[in-house]
Amino acid sequence: MTHQMTFRGGTVAAEPGQSVAAALVAAGILDWRTTRKGGRPRGLFCGIGVCFDCLITVDGVPDQRACLVTAADGMRLGDDAETGAAPEDLGDGRNGGAARA
Amino acid sequence: MPHVPDVAVVGAGPAGLAAAVQAAEAGLGVALIDTAGQPGGQYWRHYDENHARPNDPAGHHGWPAFTRLRDRMYALRAAGRIRYLPGHQAWLITREESGAFTLQMTATTAAAGGTDRTLSARALILCPGGYDRQLPLPGWDLPGVMTAGGVQALLKGHRTPAGRRVVVAGTGPFLLPVATGLARAGVTVAAVVEANGTLGWLRHPVGAISAPGKGVEALQYAALMARHRIPYRTRTVIREILGTDRVEAVRIARVDRDGRPAGPDEEMAADVVALGWGFTPSLELPLMLGAETAQDVDGSLVVTVDDRQRSSVEGLYVAGEATGVGGAALAVHEGRLSALALAAELGRPADPAAMRRLRRAVRRGRRFAAAMHRTYPVPRAWPQWLSETTPVCRCEEVSYGDLRRAHDDLGAEDARTLKMFARPGMGWCQGRVCGFATAGIAACLHGRETTPEDLRSLATRSLAVPVPLGELAALAEGTTPAEATGTEWRGRDGD
Repeated sequence: MTHQMTFRGGTVAAEPGQSVAAALVAAGILDWRTTRKGGRPRGLFCGIGVCFDCLITVDGVPDQRACLVTAADGMRLGDDAETGAAPEDLGDGRNGGAARA
Repeated sequence: MPHVPDVAVVGAGPAGLAAAVQAAEAGLGVALIDTAGQPGGQYWRHYDENHARPNDPAGHHGWPAFTRLRDRMYALRAAGRIRYLPGHQAWLITREESGAFTLQMTATTAAAGGTDRTLSARALILCPGGYDRQLPLPGWDLPGVMTAGGVQALLKGHRTPAGRRVVVAGTGPFLLPVATGLARAGVTVAAVVEANGTLGWLRHPVGAISAPGKGVEALQYAALMARHRIPYRTRTVIREILGTDRVEAVRIARVDRDGRPAGPDEEMAADVVALGWGFTPSLELPLMLGAETAQDVDGSLVVTVDDRQRSSVEGLYVAGEATGVGGAALAVHEGRLSALALAAELGRPADPAAMRRLRRAVRRGRRFAAAMHRTYPVPRAWPQWLSETTPVCRCEEVSYGDLRRAHDDLGAEDARTLKMFARPGMGWCQGRVCGFATAGIAACLHGRETTPEDLRSLATRSLAVPVPLGELAALAEGTTPAEATGTEWRGRDGD
């Protein structure tokens, strides 16, 4: 059975066992966040959990590596109050604060 | 199994799987910790076994060797001799005064896996593997640019072709299975763009004699390249990746032996670019424990081990790519050797003849790896490909111009100072992606060769992976992570 996930108001299909990133790429979506400084689009780069480029909010949990999270039916991808903002832009300073905490 | 296992093996790729199985069969109590949800590592990455299809192993080299090791591991787990912890990442390892090691672990993803947080073991075999080595180039941060290994992982691990028209570029024999794998999946491979000469290592006497099977493997790839009509452009590099919001094309050009442009640019349409310049060993765990390191033939920092896979730290064995990039067959030999050496050390029966055979196989594998590294070097002149605005550190968005200014204006003469002034390698990935390149740029800006110290300053991390602050707090307070709150992260070097 094919899973259905939501992303930016649309639906993304996934095969059982596929990662969130693979499902997005298969749907032709190559970027799902923007960088803090330059506002550059980012998606999958290393594909194996090393680079953290593919960070995404999954079911409200921020900063998950899309390449490592297994897709599941009904999964909500991206921020709930989706504005196209990158996860780290939410409540700005959170991650910056964490890094310096 | 005893409460404290004799050995913790970190990593369930070729080296770790072989080490865990060999150690358990020699009578040791084993804990096997792995980031992934199932064994195999990067080399034997495959689709979720719960949804396997008969065709999944297609294109995998040494697949029967994997399934044999995996089945032995599962059998040993069922017999209570291996405690297998998939979905766990070790983020801190300490060595106690008693000589025992304590590992702090976190779940790989919030949704699945890892429930154990702490583990102690009398000895440690680290088999952390490696990942694609990267060189920055103009446009490499565009969506659609991926690592060659990432493209391979999408295909083998997720049955997902990365795009419709792919350019595979960089250097090394690994580009070939990536290209032929894509072609087999129906993807158009516009070209393999190889910075070095032809498949010259086939003709390299030492390498070819050391690993005759590898010559056959190369010929098979050459035949597949021909069958799928994939252009193999040697002594050629990507000068720039073009596109506004995603990859649209690449500009390629011939280069000389050192990588200096030596021909006119040519444009080639593509929607995905797969980049790989060999591999970078994952050294955060061995470095955390103070293991001695050195620079390998390919320029990467590796752990120094003796002929029993022992590092400079007592009780710490290292096997596989972390001791020098050399491929899966060598990693399996090293994994087995490390386990037998440890068993002998702990007074268990370990066949000396088997150990001698393994030591010979490791020496042979190392000779072959060195021949490969000499055939596919990172071109010396690569920093010349960069423009002022080319991002070097993708996380902190540090450009080549930022690094050059830190050198020219602020006097940053080595990688450590460059990192302090311009912040490359201080973001989420902690320098895993840009570390090798930043070390190379630091050296190049100052007109010298890269030193091991340049590499070390970008490879040493206080925590091996970013972990939720709650888990750090729990460690400090002696509570469980569930009692500590917050999903903030720590581990970036921002403090």
